[in-house]
Amino acid sequence: MAQMNMIQALNSAMDIMLGRDPGVVILGEDVGFFGGVFRVTDGLQRKYGEHRVLDTPIAEGGIVAAAIGMGVNGLRPVAEIQFADYIYPAYDQIVSELARLRYRSAGEFFAPVTIRTPCGGGIRGGQTHSQSPEGVFAHVSGLKVVMPSNPYDAKGLLISAIEDDDPVVFFEPKRIYNGPFDGDPNKPAVPWSTHPKGDVPEGYYTVPIGKCDVVREGGDVTIVTYGTMVHVCEAAARSLGLDAEIIDVRTMVPLDVETLVNSVQKTGRCVVAHEATRFGGYGGELSATIQEECFWHLEAPILRVAGWDTPYPHAFEWEYFPGQARVAAALRTVMEAAA
Amino acid sequence: MRPSRLHIPKHHSRPGETPDFSYLELAPAGATQRPDINTRVRDMNGLAFELVRVIDDGHTAVGPWNPHLDPPELQVGLRHMMLTRAFDDRMQRMQRAGKTSFYMRSLGEEAVAVAQGMALRPTDMLFPSYRQQGLYVVRGRPLVDLMCQLLSNTRDMCKGRQLPIMYHWRDGNIFSISGNLTTQFPQAVGWAMAAAIKGTDDIAATWIGEGSSAEADFHHAMLFASVYEAPVILNVVNNQWAISTFQGFAGGEHRSFAARGPGFGMAGLRVDGNDFLAVYAVTRWAAERARNGFGPTIIEHVTYRGAAHSTSDDPARYRPKDDYERWPLGDPVERLKNHLIDLGEWSEERHAALAKEMDEHVVASWKEAVTYGTLTEAPRLDAHLMFEDVFKEMPEHLKKQEAELRAERAEK
Repeated sequence: MAQMNMIQALNSAMDIMLGRDPGVVILGEDVGFFGGVFRVTDGLQRKYGEHRVLDTPIAEGGIVAAAIGMGVNGLRPVAEIQFADYIYPAYDQIVSELARLRYRSAGEFFAPVTIRTPCGGGIRGGQTHSQSPEGVFAHVSGLKVVMPSNPYDAKGLLISAIEDDDPVVFFEPKRIYNGPFDGDPNKPAVPWSTHPKGDVPEGYYTVPIGKCDVVREGGDVTIVTYGTMVHVCEAAARSLGLDAEIIDVRTMVPLDVETLVNSVQKTGRCVVAHEATRFGGYGGELSATIQEECFWHLEAPILRVAGWDTPYPHAFEWEYFPGQARVAAALRTVMEAAA
Repeated sequence: MRPSRLHIPKHHSRPGETPDFSYLELAPAGATQRPDINTRVRDMNGLAFELVRVIDDGHTAVGPWNPHLDPPELQVGLRHMMLTRAFDDRMQRMQRAGKTSFYMRSLGEEAVAVAQGMALRPTDMLFPSYRQQGLYVVRGRPLVDLMCQLLSNTRDMCKGRQLPIMYHWRDGNIFSISGNLTTQFPQAVGWAMAAAIKGTDDIAATWIGEGSSAEADFHHAMLFASVYEAPVILNVVNNQWAISTFQGFAGGEHRSFAARGPGFGMAGLRVDGNDFLAVYAVTRWAAERARNGFGPTIIEHVTYRGAAHSTSDDPARYRPKDDYERWPLGDPVERLKNHLIDLGEWSEERHAALAKEMDEHVVASWKEAVTYGTLTEAPRLDAHLMFEDVFKEMPEHLKKQEAELRAERAEK
């Protein structure tokens, strides 16, 4: 075991896979010599060479298209899109091509591409460096969509993603790259070394895609969340003194419905929380699925906590961010509802 | 002072007018130099503006690009083009008879796919658009298999998921046709990059129409191919038409499409796309260049879309009815036929006999294909196949939806 932050854990996952499988290649803007703007690919080009870790032109559509072609030719590409906000030029290649290649060719062709991309706000990124577009990809048939909330899961899920023969869009909440952030920007930063999930095996292991993680067992209410919001929700429930069951979804697609349903059938109350905008967001899918399966067990309506349905504003970042107060308000409402 | 102005590209001729192809910059056969494959791009920029032609107006092969193919090879090329055309004609009629939903002919462009298919190695990976069915003919895919795809029947390679003509063939090294334009262009570059990373000498070739070169994917492909000097041939089939929009709206008025190459530091060649020998020769040149590490080539094939865009299109609404007959570069089948006759290796009688043989082969193939069902007649594919291949293994939510469909159908 070693102490790792999320950047180191993700780097370790790619290091291990580059070493294990000569077909693994990494490509993206600034990922090679420089090691990535967030340093996630630091040292990998030096170790594995310029043909395994490729700096690319600033052309996200080209990066993903090239990765698809490489995947069809037997490689296992890991493409980095520098910010999730920059992914849209590649949207057609992801949605029309990568997601559907296996389907349209009846299984004859596939491209085992992993697309890593940092997402989320809280770093003074403004509206072009703060988005959480996981719902946009979860809506597309044929993509697996992943978002870890801690170093241990990040490494194990990224190794699973790289080994997966299906395409995976892998979102990395950049606010928690260096430490678990509880939503209070005025508190001093906390490093991952203070968190049990900062203990990461140095070698190979996997965390399965398609399984939720019950972060905390409890009986009062179920909080279904992922990414940075896992830590915000934990803090909010603690501040209210609630015995909350907190579930980290971890993989949006495929969704582990069973774990969610078992929990909500037990607690009878549920809050869904994510940082992405609310309208048409992934939280709506979580909420609807849980309602369909748990309606007769519910003591209160399922509430959603999310970012406002506006772009992510630079100067009002913390008014936008769904912090502890917004989560706590939803929890109070759900708890006060009469059975 | 002149006011600013907005230029609207001008159509060469509209319905009822006499076709005017004077906008084309042509050159006589044999006039264009053939540089060595290792020539630096900067030393052959002119190729992008000239026109490689081999078969002259007297049906003789002339000049430095003559590939000197043996007559039997030329006869095979003619046979492939004629089979492609016979297949297209019959499939067009079957669509009109209501047997299939859609078709796209390659009339007038057969030399592009056939000559290029023959000039490449079987292990080279092809990323075609929807008008290179000749590649399947060259690589020997039985017509029955293609027809079953058109029919979405029980032997449809796409399991009923794709519009007709969107074939794929892994074992024949032909990539799946998307339907979204130009997406395959940068994918072919990625494939070629991987070939180079793996250290093989296989190359990739890909095709789009000139209209599709307007897409961002074209730019991505050109950029990645030139940056990494990928072993790939990027073909722009300039058949002058993107449905009803002529090539001027894709930027063809002011510069040839081949000239996009030198802008990226890439070899660019403009070739008479209806000249089987010229297309073969430039493809061999570009392939050897790519295979030997000298980088990618963009080839513009100057040709003409002899038929409608698709069975859903009526070109009489936007272009003269007789324009294909007046196309100055002729018909690729006729030109190769006349060249073979000129060589003393072919005759009108043999040609007629071959045309009949091709028709009979197509008819027999169709008869077999429909025994496996049609879009509307049994036997039919199991609709539950729609849930397969979304992922490698079916996840729970799709299993659940498949069960819902099963229940829904049981109630009927």
